[in-house]
Amino acid sequence: MKIHLKYDFNLVCKTILQQQLEHLNLPYHIHGIGEVELERDLTPDEREQLGTSLGQYGIEIIDDKKNALVQRIKDTITDMIYSDGNAKNYKVSSYLAEKLDYSYVYLSNIFSEATYSSIENFVILKKIDLAKQLIIENTLTLTEIAYQLNYSSVAHLSYQFKKTTGLTPSTFQKIIEKRKFNSAERTTTFTSNK
Amino acid sequence: MSLQLLNVVLADDDEDDRVLFKEAMDEIRVRTKLSLFENGQELMDFLLLPNILLPQVVFLDLNMPLKNGMQCLKEIRGHKRLDSLSVAIYSTSSSEKDIEETFINGANIYINKPNNFSMLKEAIEKVLQINWQYHTSNLDKSNFLLRL
Repeated sequence: MKIHLKYDFNLVCKTILQQQLEHLNLPYHIHGIGEVELERDLTPDEREQLGTSLGQYGIEIIDDKKNALVQRIKDTITDMIYSDGNAKNYKVSSYLAEKLDYSYVYLSNIFSEATYSSIENFVILKKIDLAKQLIIENTLTLTEIAYQLNYSSVAHLSYQFKKTTGLTPSTFQKIIEKRKFNSAERTTTFTSNK
Repeated sequence: MSLQLLNVVLADDDEDDRVLFKEAMDEIRVRTKLSLFENGQELMDFLLLPNILLPQVVFLDLNMPLKNGMQCLKEIRGHKRLDSLSVAIYSTSSSEKDIEETFINGANIYINKPNNFSMLKEAIEKVLQINWQYHTSNLDKSNFLLRL
């Protein structure tokens, strides 16, 4: 039997943060995405403990301010694409500027410096990443996926998919299915001769 | 510019191709450290050394003596420790069958060796940019496929 899951990443992360911070007895406020305010300074020991306990969940404390901001930009974009129903009415630039309280020009410069890429490219990458997930889940048609991701048409989604991955959505789907079959075969019979 | 270095390796038995690849890497704006290998066996011996800093991307030629690219790919995908590597196939073959088969066996990227230098630079830069995002963002690596 196979079941499909959908996660609310924000809720997952917030719950883990709460548990870990409470476990270490640190007084805190969680500020939206990727930012926690502690009511007092941490001792080096506490800082290390917190780093290790969050590390188990793939959560990393970012020391450098610019990288921290880049991470918040990415998280905000993810949030916009995955869960914010109202976001459809916004342009990415105004959405980011409003949520993060910096000018878009500033955000966009910081982002390009740190990632060799642009915010616009990241948005496309992230949308296509979600499109891939939805294609694999196979419960929505490509037209429905295009609508959910706010593309003007299914042709536009197909075009951007092909431009970003070099593959059409249907070729992508075929490859992933064969790959799953292939690795299932390998683990059950231990043969890899093709 | 970001200070983080991207570790890249290439295994290719053709010396000219290795030299061109290195020159292209030197000219792009992503900061990288490149290691070169002459065949698949050399590459695998290196990757399986204990305590090495693993590369983020491995570029693999398909036709190589001793151990070809497809064998390397299967070995890499069979190793838990090497699981985080992105594998880019770098080949002259443009047969759809080769392309599909490498993807099915776990390759992330397939690049046809471009026939001029500026296209090579462009292709490498694109691969490294997208790969960088996969390494530093919450993108699903199991769905990372790119055909250039």
